[in-house]
Amino acid sequence: MIAAWPCPGPDGQSEEYAFTLDRGRKPRLLIVPPMFDEANRMRRMLVDTMRLLDEAGVDTFLPDLPGCNESLQEFSAQSLHAWRRAMVQAARHFGATDVLAVRGGALVFPHTLPGLVLEPAKGASILRQMIRARVIMAREAGRQEDSAALLEAGRTSGLELAGWRCGASLIAGLETATAQIEGQRIISQGELGGGGLWLRAEPAAAPEQSAALAKIVLTEIAA
Amino acid sequence: MSDTDSTLRAILSDVLGLSPDRVAGFDASTGLFGDLPELDSMAVAGLLTEIEDRLDVVIEDDEVDGELLENFGNLLAFLEAKVAEKA
Repeated sequence: MIAAWPCPGPDGQSEEYAFTLDRGRKPRLLIVPPMFDEANRMRRMLVDTMRLLDEAGVDTFLPDLPGCNESLQEFSAQSLHAWRRAMVQAARHFGATDVLAVRGGALVFPHTLPGLVLEPAKGASILRQMIRARVIMAREAGRQEDSAALLEAGRTSGLELAGWRCGASLIAGLETATAQIEGQRIISQGELGGGGLWLRAEPAAAPEQSAALAKIVLTEIAA
Repeated sequence: MSDTDSTLRAILSDVLGLSPDRVAGFDASTGLFGDLPELDSMAVAGLLTEIEDRLDVVIEDDEVDGELLENFGNLLAFLEAKVAEKA
């Protein structure tokens, strides 16, 4: 179901949304989503995983990162720091006992919680891919853009990448960010079988991957 | 089939969500960018970045043009040259 959670923003407290399957049970798993388009490509697989975990007695919470989807916060005001703070707040609000961070979510998840990280992405790789998409798009439109020059401009004045108006602090943060993994179990894509859905050009469901992920989560959080 | 060839096919299968069997049927003239509607600029960027990761090569901005991505054969020849350069 859709739940709201209070989140600190640049203009004070705002309400953010989360998709939750909550029956007041423990364990309570916070799922920190991937960033940018990867969140859309993986959402169906993650929500199907949540349904399987619900059947197995685990409550799950999938918050949106502030500034994304229906958030009232400005995307351009976001930074990795703000997202980290927001995910800590979401964990507290929902009483999370465990965490599952996915791809870029590993850059902003509350690493004091036990749990799992699925194919953690480096900030630099996420950034490189989005800048590359912009350069290719410009070329198709007959304009020449240069990755290095775009990055330089992005560091000082922000940059629009794949439709996301990224502020300078988000660009600077992504350039160097790596996942802060503190004992969480790292899940590799190979364990889920099939190709990574974040690579997929179009969003898709993958029931067998959802089933494999739910199984790994259950084993880990029962341990 | 070279390692580069099979790696490229595996990545295309992941990006396009096609079965390995279908991707095994790609030949040098199979069209990519422009022929496969799924391959928009964002998907191409993902494809190139994944290729860099798995083949441990760097693809520069100015190497990416319409010709490179026109068909499977062009992309494979480019990558095989890249991998040979590295060796």
